[in-house]
Amino acid sequence: MAKDLVNTLADLKEKEALGMVQDRLSAGEDPLRILDDARRGVEIVGKRFSDEEYFIPDLVYSGEILKQITDMVKPKLTKAAEVKRLGKVVVGTVAGDIHDIGKDIVVFMLDVTGFEVFDLGIDVPVQKFVDKIKETGSGVVGLSGFLTLAFQSMKDTVGAIEKAGLRNQVKIMIGGGQMDEQVRSFAGADAYGKDAMDAVKLAKGWIRG
Amino acid sequence: METGISSITREVIIGDGHPTALIGERINPAGRKKLQEALKRGDLEMVQREALSQAEAGADILDVSVGTFGVDEVKLLPEAVQLVIETVDLPLCIDSAYPKAMEAALKVYKGKPLVNSVTGEEHSLARVLPLVKDYGAAVIGLVQDDEGIPKNSERRLAITRKIVERAESAGISRRDILIDCLTFAVGADPTSGSIVIDTIRKIKAELGVNLTLGASNVSFGLPDRSLLNKAFVAMAIAAGVTCLIVDVAQVQSAVLAADLIMGRDRRARRYIEAYRQRQTPHEQKE
Repeated sequence: MAKDLVNTLADLKEKEALGMVQDRLSAGEDPLRILDDARRGVEIVGKRFSDEEYFIPDLVYSGEILKQITDMVKPKLTKAAEVKRLGKVVVGTVAGDIHDIGKDIVVFMLDVTGFEVFDLGIDVPVQKFVDKIKETGSGVVGLSGFLTLAFQSMKDTVGAIEKAGLRNQVKIMIGGGQMDEQVRSFAGADAYGKDAMDAVKLAKGWIRG
Repeated sequence: METGISSITREVIIGDGHPTALIGERINPAGRKKLQEALKRGDLEMVQREALSQAEAGADILDVSVGTFGVDEVKLLPEAVQLVIETVDLPLCIDSAYPKAMEAALKVYKGKPLVNSVTGEEHSLARVLPLVKDYGAAVIGLVQDDEGIPKNSERRLAITRKIVERAESAGISRRDILIDCLTFAVGADPTSGSIVIDTIRKIKAELGVNLTLGASNVSFGLPDRSLLNKAFVAMAIAAGVTCLIVDVAQVQSAVLAADLIMGRDRRARRYIEAYRQRQTPHEQKE
């Protein structure tokens, strides 16, 4: 039964998945377990996306279904049962760059896999990254970018984090269209991730440390 | 409104009474690892090959961009432009985010090129427009300003007004401005295609400038991209674009069909010629 919701969501069967959630809630099941199944379903969607079996609209659709499930389950959640988060991650598209698709996918997958994500949006000034790291005490930072202009912005952002004395407190990953290992080394980041699944893997590795 | 772009030996006219002009997009390392690696080594052989194959596929103009990590564009862009000029006789579209690299390439170009691009951002208007004027080029304006790319057609129209005004006061004729309405991926935002079509109509009606469109982005993240790209270019042509930045080999058949349907291919000469070529590919290639 528990497995069914995972796979039904993974197969993007909206009506069936919502029906299952309703049935399980009516049967008095622990809402946290339902949410956990839903998350695992979306994780499979993410995996299929990274295997090119699924496409961007599939991913967006799974997010919409998950949102509906969360809304159904939420009233049943007691405060004590709030979902435990793995850790905090600050993510943004660096200054001068306005591409958001890849960044949004990374934010989505980090969120679904249990991270608390602070999405700073696009064209993010370096100071905004620094301020958010200070404010939240996040241990992981994700820098996204697509344009050639983003290489320097990434380096500037890492530099500003260092200057603020926060470099030892955070692990920094970069990703996006033209990024690679060479850009990572130029920018002084800790890792390059080729897709959202990579970002999740990196963040998990660092936070478990 | 007619925009003329030229190499030493060829002139391409962009405008309503003419077939849709196709700018070949493939000399651009964005998203192409092999080309990125080659450019980092300063190896321009792939650039030359792409120039030839796009010319053969029927491109009217070639975009030339070498922007990738580890490349000094100020040095490499003029070299790439020079090589492409020596390889094919098509007019070029000089593509860089860096005005210094644009200028270095404009210096070696012979004829009247397109510059890709200026945006509505202050730093861009201030640095790119004087170059366009000084070198007698035409320019592609992107509907983006210091606030980003607006998600509605009214604000994109407002940025276009600003670009046209600023270009004209910098001494650039309106006929030398092509506006690109900027296409987002429909896979991520289902409204992005219709916004572009709507914006094209509005800009055309109010400002009368020629419009170009980097069309391939529409299909990002979706399967069977060429099918979507073809449908989109046909719709964009119907809405009023007179020029497209595309993978020419991929969408040319759809462009010819759309041109014919919109009355831009008298007696279907181009459409039928392309059909005949497809029937006898081997002979034609010899």
